[in-house]
Amino acid sequence: MPPRKIVKTSYMLENDWVESMAEVSTETEGLWKPDENLKIIGKPVSRIDGYDKVSGTAQYTFDVQLPNMGHAKILRCPHPHARIKSVDTSEALKHPGVLAIITHENTPKIPWYDNTSFIFDPHLRYVGDDVACVAAETLQAAEEALEMIRVEYEILPFVVDTAEAMKPEAPKLYDTGNIQGGEPNVYKRGDYEKGLKEADVVVEDTFITQVAVHNPSEVHCSVANWDGDGLTVWDSTQAVFGVRDAVAKALDMPASKVRVIKKYMGGGFGSKLDAGKYTVMAALLARLTGRPIKLALNRKEQNLAVGNRPNSVQTIQVGVKKDGTITAMTLSSYGTVGAYPDGAGCHWPLRTLYRCDNVKTKSYSVFTNAGQSRAMRAPGHVQGTFALESIMDEVAEKIGMDPLEFRLKNYADKDQVFNLPYTSKRLREAYEKAASAIDWNRHKDRGRRDEPGEIRYGIGMATQIWWGGGEPPAYATLKLNRDGSAHVLAGTQDLGTGTYTFIAMVAAEVLEISIEKITVTIGDTADCPYCNLSGGSLTAPSVSPAVHDAAQLMKSKLVSAASAALEIPETDLKYEKGTIFSIKDNSKKITITEIFDKMNEQVLIATGARNANPKGYAINTFGVQVAEVEVDTRTGKVSVIRIVGAYDVGRILNPKTAENQFHGGILQGIGFALMEQRIIDNPTGKVLTAHMHNYKMPTIHHTPDIQVFVVSTADMLISRVGAKGLGEPAHIPTAAAIANAVSNAIGVRIKQLPITPDRVLNALSQKR
Amino acid sequence: MNKETLSPGTHSGKPKAISRRKFLKGFGSGVVGTAVMPGALAAIAANNEKEKSTEVSPPHADKVMLSLKVNGKRVRALVEPRTTLAELLRDHLHLTGTKIVCNHGECGGCTVVMNGKAVYSCHMLALDAEGKEILTIEGLMNGEKLHPLQQAFIDKDGFQCGFCTPGQIMAAYALLLENREPSEEQVKEAMSGNICRCGAYPNIIKSVMEGAAHWPGR
Repeated sequence: MPPRKIVKTSYMLENDWVESMAEVSTETEGLWKPDENLKIIGKPVSRIDGYDKVSGTAQYTFDVQLPNMGHAKILRCPHPHARIKSVDTSEALKHPGVLAIITHENTPKIPWYDNTSFIFDPHLRYVGDDVACVAAETLQAAEEALEMIRVEYEILPFVVDTAEAMKPEAPKLYDTGNIQGGEPNVYKRGDYEKGLKEADVVVEDTFITQVAVHNPSEVHCSVANWDGDGLTVWDSTQAVFGVRDAVAKALDMPASKVRVIKKYMGGGFGSKLDAGKYTVMAALLARLTGRPIKLALNRKEQNLAVGNRPNSVQTIQVGVKKDGTITAMTLSSYGTVGAYPDGAGCHWPLRTLYRCDNVKTKSYSVFTNAGQSRAMRAPGHVQGTFALESIMDEVAEKIGMDPLEFRLKNYADKDQVFNLPYTSKRLREAYEKAASAIDWNRHKDRGRRDEPGEIRYGIGMATQIWWGGGEPPAYATLKLNRDGSAHVLAGTQDLGTGTYTFIAMVAAEVLEISIEKITVTIGDTADCPYCNLSGGSLTAPSVSPAVHDAAQLMKSKLVSAASAALEIPETDLKYEKGTIFSIKDNSKKITITEIFDKMNEQVLIATGARNANPKGYAINTFGVQVAEVEVDTRTGKVSVIRIVGAYDVGRILNPKTAENQFHGGILQGIGFALMEQRIIDNPTGKVLTAHMHNYKMPTIHHTPDIQVFVVSTADMLISRVGAKGLGEPAHIPTAAAIANAVSNAIGVRIKQLPITPDRVLNALSQKR
Repeated sequence: MNKETLSPGTHSGKPKAISRRKFLKGFGSGVVGTAVMPGALAAIAANNEKEKSTEVSPPHADKVMLSLKVNGKRVRALVEPRTTLAELLRDHLHLTGTKIVCNHGECGGCTVVMNGKAVYSCHMLALDAEGKEILTIEGLMNGEKLHPLQQAFIDKDGFQCGFCTPGQIMAAYALLLENREPSEEQVKEAMSGNICRCGAYPNIIKSVMEGAAHWPGR
């Protein structure tokens, strides 16, 4: 019996404190110390799924083609707020090729959006809300049929502007009003009023961030196929088990009869954490027609209906003494979650990043007639960090202190919300590393903005805090074959983050076999043991210890078998590269194949589990980025020349994929800082930026020089592996660092993202 | 595929390939139609669309035969005139290595090589490939063996999720056909029509340079 326990556990997931119980491994054997001499872990390893991706053979959900497969399309509401008076599908049903149409009239009321709505709800709350779904022989026929469905709408008053929606007279999306939960989320620590009185200087300012859209390359899509009472769903998702349970619940069927598969996925960034309405619709239509049904959104729908990062308007006060000690911080913010519940708070960085005894935060999540927001790469933290790190620079300037010195002056040695020590915090080393790499002293010169010429240079920094320590439950099953090769299965997901590869690396390291002998299966609820969703930077820190545990368990089995075969006590045996030796007499040994022969086994199985997180600690990731920018004062164009980062993210499993993930987080940060924004037309409630030519994203031309240092080693308090996640940490500080660099370059602060040329020119003209 | 693909303003091929219905559909529901048109005008457009929709012909009618070369093999296919090259490759020939990302000619995810030049296959009609030679990501392979350019993308980790990767590789292939020793700037210019949402650009640049260094015959 493997060493197991069921314990209480708690962790942070995308801004929410989750308390649960989990089965955990209590095994402590094989711990990889920070200075452990590892052969594979920590070395740059090419992705084991690389071949599939470069050869075109990788099958994404979007590529699934089944015999007799039909195609479905969703009819979406053209109005920002309406009620369906009638739906007439008779003409559409006659259209050649149409197989079936589902609407609220012929579909059970399946609750959706936290029970605030239904899969098909006659009350429609945004442009893009789901009205009906058509299945047809071809995609073209389905699209044509959409136009033949006659819908009579009762047009309702609507509101898409967040501030307007908060007013008492605003059109209401729900009877309970437009403030989610009816009141703001409030947090208090100490006495902020007293703190402000004690301050020598109080700085107050307001910062605004835009709505951003994930826009993963692969659109949201599902393929559903029934076989009697069993349902197989191929889904582009970050959570195969989450989708399985949501679909089973929606269709009122046993979860055991639903299989969800996701081998490869073309990006998610948080927008694919939840089950989609489209998945349930595909399943309903597949059952109705007796055929496999594929339902893929198009790019426009992707921009309307499947998530976005909420906007924010954040007013911050910071009280500070002349010596730089912060005495009080307050934050009042609001942002829109769109038409259905989510969270628009961005208070965590301000609550925890700097030492301060007197803190108050108040955040409103506001309903508007727009698509629902969803977690997007470090929800809340990207917006919050932009505002916090902007005002930190402002305060530093007010009191004549260097921004880095000011941050170090207010360095927090413990988590102040939960009053807990950190398992590790090497932010100080990160600051030092980044500052020396970029030659931070140049900040004093305020770039070269006093020099003649139209191009100004500046540097700016921003700090990051996130969770990312992972948590149980997470399991991995290792199947060892007679020839010493192995198959590892885990119900996790690879978002392009390198999950396949690190799983093989961990198993290969523990079993001391080559990585080529290992096959990995993930993203399949039928084959794989449970792992959590892939979000919150928790995949690697949750799953890697479970794989380690499975491999360690397998080694114990082999040693036990060798003991029986060689008649030597287990304690006198050692495992080395697939052979078990007697410690006393090297000539007494047995190989994996020989053990299998004696056992008459084909496949030995071990399932490992992740350990519990340590009690009494906060687990966080930390990092800093310094941006170097060039601002053209004639055109207002900002170019990011260079980003230097330094991080505490525990042990790096695979530097090759880690570096790539840092690059990606930074590039997306450049997008958020300079160009990305969803624009809704206030008078019509329509999204004006629903395509890639007007929702601007970084291209290869925006690639700066990037250098990232990792100052941490294994965090041994969190697991035997000691890895933390870095997907979100890589992205959090970029926009804030760029904003501070722009201010450094032109001597005027831009307080609203994205920093577009018009905003730069306006700021410059107001300065003159 | 997406009805918004073939809006008339962006199509550069044979005008006869667009049916009147498609033309009207493209106008009525394209970017201009829904995105920025004031409410009243949009409503008129929508009504027009409804009227036109009664003219819709059966989905399998009016197919045309076309003939082209795909990955070195002669292909004849019976398709509706509105079929895009990407749809021909993916849905008719089952070459799903070519991806559709925006379906609007805005991101390069569907890039294939036609007669030696990179083209957006979502943004041209299959009919416009009549008689042409098309090379897709599958065509770079030699049996199960990768082309050195494909291997370079693995070695330099030039992708994350991999969905835009076939398009990236085909754009790079077209560049390297013309210029075996591109500078970094030339690589950036040639690859600037291919969006990678994961932001793997630094490694994409390295991959293309590596692919150039290991080009067959070098």
